Amino acid sequence: MSEALNILGLKKSFGPAEVIRGVDLTVARGEVHAVIGPNGAGKSTFFNLVSGAFAPSAGQVSLHGRRIDGLAPEKIQQRGLARSFQVSNVFGNLSVFENLRCACFKQSGAGYAFWRPAGSVKRANRRAEEVLEMIGLRALRDSPAGALPYASQRALEIGMTIAGDADVVLLDEPTAGMSNTETTQAVSLIRRIAEGRTLMIVEHDMGVVFELADRISVLVYGEIIATGTPDAIRNDPRVKEAYLGEEAA
Amino acid sequence: MNESLSWWRPVAPWAISALVLVTLPLVVAGNGTFSIINVVAINIVFALSYNMLLGQGGMLSFGHAVFFGLGAYGAIHAMNLIGEAGYDGHGFWAFFPVYLLPLVGFACGALAALVVGWPFCRRAGTAFAMITLGLGELVAAGSQMFPTVFGGEAGVFSNRMVGPVWFGLELAQPADVYWFMAFWTLVAVFAMWAFTRTPLGRMSNAVRDNADRLQFIGYPPRNLRFLVFIAAGGFAGLGGGMAAVNYEIVTPESLGLLTSGLALLMAAVGGLAVFYGPMVGAILVTVMNSLLSDYTDASILYVGLVFLAVVMFAPGGLGGGIEQVRLAWRRGDLGAHLPGWLGGALAVLLIALGLVSTIELVYQISHGRDKLARLLGLEPDPASPLVWLGIITLFAAGYGVARVSGRYREARA
Repeated sequence: MSEALNILGLKKSFGPAEVIRGVDLTVARGEVHAVIGPNGAGKSTFFNLVSGAFAPSAGQVSLHGRRIDGLAPEKIQQRGLARSFQVSNVFGNLSVFENLRCACFKQSGAGYAFWRPAGSVKRANRRAEEVLEMIGLRALRDSPAGALPYASQRALEIGMTIAGDADVVLLDEPTAGMSNTETTQAVSLIRRIAEGRTLMIVEHDMGVVFELADRISVLVYGEIIATGTPDAIRNDPRVKEAYLGEEAA
Repeated sequence: MNESLSWWRPVAPWAISALVLVTLPLVVAGNGTFSIINVVAINIVFALSYNMLLGQGGMLSFGHAVFFGLGAYGAIHAMNLIGEAGYDGHGFWAFFPVYLLPLVGFACGALAALVVGWPFCRRAGTAFAMITLGLGELVAAGSQMFPTVFGGEAGVFSNRMVGPVWFGLELAQPADVYWFMAFWTLVAVFAMWAFTRTPLGRMSNAVRDNADRLQFIGYPPRNLRFLVFIAAGGFAGLGGGMAAVNYEIVTPESLGLLTSGLALLMAAVGGLAVFYGPMVGAILVTVMNSLLSDYTDASILYVGLVFLAVVMFAPGGLGGGIEQVRLAWRRGDLGAHLPGWLGGALAVLLIALGLVSTIELVYQISHGRDKLARLLGLEPDPASPLVWLGIITLFAAGYGVARVSGRYREARA
């Protein structure tokens, strides 16, 4: 099976308001799949459903062919799907290194250990150092995460997401609020992450989307109105009308 | 910093503490001082165990005394069992030295936390605070219903001069009890410090900072809170076991809200964010509680004022202040900051003097002259306007120094 994620008839209502109204989506193994859509289309809710933050009202989500809908977030993470957050969501008083190491404990099977020093969990320490190097924060290793500059905090956010060896990674607006230089750096970081992983990205910056994505899905009012390669999406009249046209106007 | 000193840095606090513990009995005299030191030792363990919940794990508990008290009850009943087993010399307890009773306290505290904790740990914050408050009241009230276990209002008595003696470790003289306290305090403090360095200790900081994110790195926050809750209950019980040996009596008061409040008070005054903070708080609050009551009727009021002042003006507590100075010293800019800080301390001192004088004078009007004033050789007359003018001068001077030093600190920030 070459599908990393298979989403079928996914629905979510908050009271009478149906926010996700039947999403069908397949993400192939190893691809970078972008989800775009106007504000309020339900992109964040969609991510919350897939990652387990909310339970769906109806529909299925399968990860590598196994159902994960309705599972708790930590169970979904243990099966190999991790996500980042739109608003940086780190452990503010812990150092950058400690944030990464905490994110590695699960896969080292050590988070509940109280009989050994954290420094003796070789695998978690090694992996945390690796990720630290990868996201380019070595110089800020011992700073408290809450005091980092914005772009570094975003990088740490992504680092914590991938630290646990997940092979399917959901990134929620990884370049939101960044300057041009910072965005360029973030894009090259995402490229490196994409090697050997399946990525699903929600992103507002069309430049970033068209540069990174293998395929794009357009989410409008809780429904996917089109899925295809960047070129196909660019030329799709429905997309132009619903989304790109709006921006051009 | 000097490289050759780097090996010394992690060892220094332990070496200095051990040195202080060894020299203390040579310096102090009198059983009264020993008895205060023993209470300080118990409270250090109790306050640190409380901070495992609040400072390290982000759980505000109003029922921590339950585990302290149950540990104490477990230890005192075990002490009685040792005493009874001593007559015929049979059974497990006949071979259990009183010296190891804090371990019984630990087991009782941890077991109690294990039994009741799971439903508590679903949420932190207000829900956790309210539930623990309820638990505290429930257990304190329930203890009156089982006089055979809790001894009714009078409590349970025992005698620590029983059981086998290992390596000549008796508990006969005040100095013997001192060594017992020093040993167990050092063990407990080291164990709780080591806990902060383990993966679970780090994860408990993570659950404090951001419980929601924790789920997405693979851990349900509830499991982590529960484990920390059990550990904190265990160490509170260990403190309770020390108390049982120290007093040879345990009363239901040790389970109640006042005792829980004492833990919060000591931890907050000392500082929640620094490991040694609660130890500083435990020393200060215990010494204030035991000494001030000899000199003034308003002693509880003073402890309350210290708490209020720390919460309002130094939320980092005393430990937070010490840490600030230490960091400035390591950065090498202590000289630039010190005048501002000393000014702030002077302002606090002046205002505190003004407050103390006011309170003592008011007490004098209603109760007659207090010992504190007599001790200082002062015979102020509340009817004289000069006295009140002096107090107003103290307040004004304190306010002025506070303004000036505050501006100085702002200029350096």
